[in-house]
Amino acid sequence: MQVPAPLEYARATSVEHAIALLERLGEEARIVAGGHSLIPMMKLRLTHLEYLVDINDLHDELDFIRVERGEVRIGALTRHRDLLESEALVPELPIFRDAERVIADPVVRNRGTLGGSLCQADPSEDLSSVCTTLGASCVIRGVSGERVVSMEEFYRGPYETAVGPAEILTEVRIPLRPHSSNAYAKVDRRAGDWAVVAAGAALWLDDDGLIADARVGLAAVGPNTTGIPAISEALRGRAPSEEAFAEAGELAAAASSPTTDGRGSAAYKRHLAAELTRRTLRRAAERIADRALERESA
Amino acid sequence: MSVDVEPVGHGRMLRKEDPRLVRGRGTFCDDLTLPRQLHLAILRSPVAHARIVYVDATAALAHPKVKAVVTGADLVERGLAWMPTLAHDVQPVLATDKVRFQGQEVAFVVAEDRYAARDALELIDVEYDVLPPVVDARRALDDDTPLIRDDVAGRADNRCFDWETGDAAATDAAFARADVVVADDLVYPRVHPAPLETCGAIADFDRVSGKLTVWVTSQAPHAHRTLFAMMTGLPEHKIRVVSPDIGGGFGNKVPVYPGYLCAIVGSMVTGRPVKWIEDRTENLVSTAFARDFHLHGELAATSDGRILGVRARVLADHGAFNAVAAPAKYPGGFFGVFTGSYAVDAAHCSTTAVYTTKAPGGVAYACSFRIAEAVYFIERMVDLLARELGLDPVEIRRRNFIPTEAFPYLTATGWVYDSGDYPRALDEALRIADYDALRAEQAERRERGELMGIGLAFFTEAVGAGPRKHMDILGLGMADGCELTVHPDGRAVVRLSVQTQGQGHETTFAQIVAEEIGIPPADIEVVHGDTDATPYGLGTYGSRSTAVSGAAAALVARQVRDKARRIAAHLLEVAPDDLEWTKGSFGVRGIPTATVTMPEVARAAYGIDLPDDLESGLDAHVSYNPENLTFPFGAYLAVVDVDPGTAVVTVRRFVAVDDCGTRINDMIIEGQVHRGLTDGVGVALMEYVGFDEHGTCLNASLMDYLIPTALEVPTWETGHTVTPSPHHPIGAKGIGEAATVGSPPAIVNAVLDALAPLGVTRLDMPLTPSRVWEAMQGRAAPPTDPPHGPTAEKGTP
Repeated sequence: MQVPAPLEYARATSVEHAIALLERLGEEARIVAGGHSLIPMMKLRLTHLEYLVDINDLHDELDFIRVERGEVRIGALTRHRDLLESEALVPELPIFRDAERVIADPVVRNRGTLGGSLCQADPSEDLSSVCTTLGASCVIRGVSGERVVSMEEFYRGPYETAVGPAEILTEVRIPLRPHSSNAYAKVDRRAGDWAVVAAGAALWLDDDGLIADARVGLAAVGPNTTGIPAISEALRGRAPSEEAFAEAGELAAAASSPTTDGRGSAAYKRHLAAELTRRTLRRAAERIADRALERESA
Repeated sequence: MSVDVEPVGHGRMLRKEDPRLVRGRGTFCDDLTLPRQLHLAILRSPVAHARIVYVDATAALAHPKVKAVVTGADLVERGLAWMPTLAHDVQPVLATDKVRFQGQEVAFVVAEDRYAARDALELIDVEYDVLPPVVDARRALDDDTPLIRDDVAGRADNRCFDWETGDAAATDAAFARADVVVADDLVYPRVHPAPLETCGAIADFDRVSGKLTVWVTSQAPHAHRTLFAMMTGLPEHKIRVVSPDIGGGFGNKVPVYPGYLCAIVGSMVTGRPVKWIEDRTENLVSTAFARDFHLHGELAATSDGRILGVRARVLADHGAFNAVAAPAKYPGGFFGVFTGSYAVDAAHCSTTAVYTTKAPGGVAYACSFRIAEAVYFIERMVDLLARELGLDPVEIRRRNFIPTEAFPYLTATGWVYDSGDYPRALDEALRIADYDALRAEQAERRERGELMGIGLAFFTEAVGAGPRKHMDILGLGMADGCELTVHPDGRAVVRLSVQTQGQGHETTFAQIVAEEIGIPPADIEVVHGDTDATPYGLGTYGSRSTAVSGAAAALVARQVRDKARRIAAHLLEVAPDDLEWTKGSFGVRGIPTATVTMPEVARAAYGIDLPDDLESGLDAHVSYNPENLTFPFGAYLAVVDVDPGTAVVTVRRFVAVDDCGTRINDMIIEGQVHRGLTDGVGVALMEYVGFDEHGTCLNASLMDYLIPTALEVPTWETGHTVTPSPHHPIGAKGIGEAATVGSPPAIVNAVLDALAPLGVTRLDMPLTPSRVWEAMQGRAAPPTDPPHGPTAEKGTP
């Protein structure tokens, strides 16, 4: 049994309370939700904290999936399992189910949260890619109120986010637009392993069926690969096609800066960046076509 | 499959131990809490190779909950700093002069709880003078490589041992007359048994009685008792070793680990029971690894594919101390069976084993004393020959099989295979798989650019060590005792020297005895694991329980039955020879009404009306010294798909036909096979213990040491043939490790078959997507470690 070093623990009764605790306890305090990244790091004594602020009681404030007109809002305490099982997300955002199917295992998914995943900011983490791909924004609350930042602003680098020491990520907002879909794919060495490489793709078509926008978010291939502007630029105005997707794949590979490690060689990872980009764009396009057919037959 | 009526003897039945285990009511080491128990934690070296400048425990001793801190220097005073390994080497209990692998034991703390013990480790100050590590076994003997074992007087290099088997001259002659020779280099990488339950012990030394009791995760409690006596100097009759329920062993729980000795010393020092349970990282970085063989192979054959000779050259990485658990005369384990299932007249193997700055071990993980390595070697080489000659992998094997009528068969390296019918097992596997249809499907898929592969492996194991004229561990013969007592009520207790780690001994051994004496398995209690309650024997590993202890159980039951016959004859007033045994009762030949049941005999055995020349009671004791090993075999076939875009390998089907001789309980056999096949998928596709250039283990958690899940394995398709062992009392051969041994080469051969259209001819395990893709690009990795990379220091994805 691996045991963490001694620490203090407080259980927040509201978001306001949690922020007050963080404010009072300072930088040696951390929020714990699912705990599936933080607790192992503490047990391995790779992280030494003085205080844990537990927000697991804050369901009313932080645990929700709301599909509204033009926007989906997901509370930071929403568990992976709820994202996986949510039927409400499937029509517009099937990428969540794609991703959640390959995130860890049921035990982890039962506890781990969207907010925890994003705040951990692991470069191999899946939901950061998903949210970037979708052009999501993050709601961060502190003593002085709330601010909304884009995913690009939120993610500052490996294990580093825009959330300050006395702040909490409360919500993720995802804009919805017509004629769109999205998909996620991951290669791992074994179910539950971190991604060798993963890719999310989202396509938005205009009324003529041409690509209005396309976004790709990669995981585990280095910085600056979550939301690749060159792909959006290259695909905008073109018809969805294998050729276009292949080009996007090449751009994804070029944007990658993977390192060789136990999960694979840099060359392989760069290849996967291209391959998975092609596959997810293709899948997103198929889904748009499928939905159009469904609407027609309805 | 429903099991409504339990067989009185062999047959499919549910496991007797499972109501306890599946309800979480088992008793594992860490479930035990003794009164006044303290907790022990071990400080381990963070570096692979360093001289210890000093160890300062002052601050740790000042921790309010700490009862004792013990360093290597303290153990030197007690003469306990170094302990013998199972392979005539020594290993420090706590490092004194140098540390020689990352994770080596340096000091321990005994405290009131395990949290305090763990916290206090951080208060021990150690200064290391870091030395260069020796990571690559192939560089271990270079002139400029640092000497690891400077503790051994006169040692000049990192050579652990050299060992040869077979006939070099005859093999040279065979190669000289060959039409075709194929050669390749293969690596069987370092893997770890990774049992779910880590190792641990609770030691309780009673200063008044002088008695030491050790509850310990041991596959071999009697052998451990002897070793504890050797190491501590305590009289062996004052030591009791109890191995309670064990959460998986796979060879990981055969060695005696420094931690066990630390717990014993901790109890002696404090006068209180001391519990030590290692954590997952400690288990992965410091306990017995497996494999780590660099192999060079050559086959000589005729143009029509008949193998004339086999050459093997082995470089074995033994880590910092030679702590393999194998019979003493076989330093390379049973790799000597590397000619496999084939009639080969000439073979030769030379092995060089080296020390490196890695954890010790080498014979573990259900390898049947390195037959895993031997089978992988010959099955890869035979496929290579088939490809060279344009022969189907089935055909090359058929042409070289040891003929059924040739058993018992003496191999070129001196092993006498007891019995076999190889074509029958192969035919059964091909039938289940529908081999011809698979090849047709493969041709169609190849037309479409898909990468489907079919791989075969045919293996023969040598298990049940072993005959004492050939086999011992530290001078202890590899016999197993067994005691059987039938109580007056007709129910029985059988006491075994072996210990289960999940194999189902409580059921299998009850069935073996039931078959012989006709008492239902439910009425036969199996007692094992406690040296005060069981006869001496060398334990459970190398698939030896059924092969050795199972024979002892059958023989002891027959002795009881013989005595019962004499009592029955007395009761029925006939001569013993006039009685007929039908399972459960004796009857007088020709007089259907004159019978007496085993419970009636048992009652009489303790009664007043017994023949004068018979002692009261109904019991017996045997120790079984096997006359030969047993040689289970099997035909395995894997079907894989390789994603042409991502290089991900999917094992789509796996057909396993096993012949383990007489089958005692099909359900338990299938369970063992399923487990071993899953091991095989793990070893073939993902398991690997790697080190960075500093000698730091890269797989120190189960996030980094991957073991397969249900999602990576197909629905197993099992079958069997039955070729009994001629010398085993019930013809059984052992099944525990067959599937772990046999499955990796089938999977690797299948992947190579899938990639054949791309011209890929070689690959080393584990077949991660990256390695497979690199091979598809024409960059089949040379036999080397995977590229070094950062350790993943994170939680779950």
